[in-house]
Amino acid sequence: MRVLIKGAGVAGLTLAHELTARGAAVEVAETAQHVGGGASWFAGGMLAPWCESESAPAPVLALGREAADWWDAVLPGHVIRNGTLVVAPTRDTGELARFAARTSGCDWLDADQIAALEPDLAGRFRKALLFRDEAHLDPRRAITALHATLQASGVRFYLGAVPDFPEAGFDHVVDCTGAHAIGQAADLRGVRGEMLMLETPDVSLSRPVRLLHPRIPLYVVPRGDSRFMIGATMIESDDAGPVSARSLMELLNAAYALHPAFGEARVFETGAGVRPAYPDNLPRLAFDGDTIRLNGFYRHGFLLAPSMAKSAAIRIVGRMQADNGQQSLVHPRSLHPSGHKIIPLQSGAGR
Amino acid sequence: MLELYGHAVASRLLLGTARYPSPAILAEAVRASKTDIVTVSLRREMAGSRAGGAFFELIRTLSVKVLPNTAGCHTVAEAVLTAKMAREVFATDWIKLEVIGNHDTLQPDVFALVEAARILSGEGFKVFPYTTDDLVVAERLMEAGCRVLMPWCAPIGSAMGPVNLPALRSMRAHFPDVPLIVDAGIGRPSHAAIVMELGYDAVLLNTAVASAANPAAMAAAFTGAIEAGRIAFQAGMLEPRDMAVPSTPVIGKAVFS
Repeated sequence: MRVLIKGAGVAGLTLAHELTARGAAVEVAETAQHVGGGASWFAGGMLAPWCESESAPAPVLALGREAADWWDAVLPGHVIRNGTLVVAPTRDTGELARFAARTSGCDWLDADQIAALEPDLAGRFRKALLFRDEAHLDPRRAITALHATLQASGVRFYLGAVPDFPEAGFDHVVDCTGAHAIGQAADLRGVRGEMLMLETPDVSLSRPVRLLHPRIPLYVVPRGDSRFMIGATMIESDDAGPVSARSLMELLNAAYALHPAFGEARVFETGAGVRPAYPDNLPRLAFDGDTIRLNGFYRHGFLLAPSMAKSAAIRIVGRMQADNGQQSLVHPRSLHPSGHKIIPLQSGAGR
Repeated sequence: MLELYGHAVASRLLLGTARYPSPAILAEAVRASKTDIVTVSLRREMAGSRAGGAFFELIRTLSVKVLPNTAGCHTVAEAVLTAKMAREVFATDWIKLEVIGNHDTLQPDVFALVEAARILSGEGFKVFPYTTDDLVVAERLMEAGCRVLMPWCAPIGSAMGPVNLPALRSMRAHFPDVPLIVDAGIGRPSHAAIVMELGYDAVLLNTAVASAANPAAMAAAFTGAIEAGRIAFQAGMLEPRDMAVPSTPVIGKAVFS
């Protein structure tokens, strides 16, 4: 079967992988000149479902807890499993207790334990939470490597493609265009995110650090080579314009609060992107007439795309018959005769 | 029934729309609260080309009156500009006027507040000023054209509850006929009940609901507490005494022994 995927962000590429693994002939059309050109490029790359469950609904943890294993299996060497450290300024330590009460999978650390894990933070925080099973990756390296892997396994890419790429001859077309589908996909909205990249040899971190703050909670993700990604704002807007001065100030303040040496860092990039989100901030696989949409990953693209892509691929290709390698092809519309059906998220969907 | 600038409202809870886990949960909380009025803060980015479109569209589908908010403004010019943008986006002349004077405590800059209130009232806005419990400032806001006052009871988001009850009582006594809405500082339903028992007309909340583990349930809890406080105020409460008073008269009581 031939499947056309529109959009080469994290949703499109993970789906391409899952479909290819199930024997489909996949082609990917992307209007940008390179892969991962949308929100994926500005992602934090934290595989942190336990931390996210502080404010995210239950499916985020259920669908996201195996994301690190997926990325590790598909792109060996990209996933760093050092957990997530959560800290708060001394006057806001109450925030730590609140965060711990709303989440699971974390341990309290004292000042000595913090110093042992992150020597550069020694003496800066008296208490912290360590989410031991969390992981992170570099989204840009991961997207680039996944692109190469897919090309090697025969997936054809059309970069710089026209938006109305010809769909004739394909058995299925899956729209994974993220924020580009705002206005076309019902209920899809944009949530603006701004980030910046700092470079300093004076700070070294081994894991993402989240700084809790009642108004401006932010995170710092080490990207290697003395580089750090600082993110990210959450603004109800689909404006993708340059970072605002206020957001830049807040991001820099947070970095400085984490470690004053960030004050001397070089700002080598600022960026802004638009996260696609449905009203419940959960992703959806939607059968919308002849269009299949995999969208609405909000701030959880790298976290939730593997499990959503897997369940989407199973529904699109049909169950593999492992004994003889034959596929029984099931058209999604025969599964969903309404022809316009949203597949609700379930924990463990697609496994 | 409470009237705000000639608009009758049944619910005495005004609910903020920021910081909910998702718009879907915000919508649940608004429904559970039975509120008639929600506040929406406007940021520059949201008023851009596509105008925060989807989020505002969702607010509109809640079929409640929108009170736009100049949250985060630090100067008169910023607040006036934001109010004008809000009038465009939401097609309302109501504006919750916030001019912040201190980045850390989010204390209102009352001088700039009075100035901005005068400008906006002059341009036909119905101004809901976020102010302190200072009576002189309140007088000036009334002179500037405000017909509703919204004193804090503690700093925004602090969840401390009413920290200065005598000041709140005194404000109620000085402005018996002005709708007074406690804005900011409420942490739990009992705080809301306390200020309603003082005779305040309504309560404006955001963080206490949005950051609760279950925002919709917390919204319902606040609605109950606010109603209870209001009814208690109207019913007339006992004042504390420093001696015991038995609820059953003891004189003339039959003695069986």
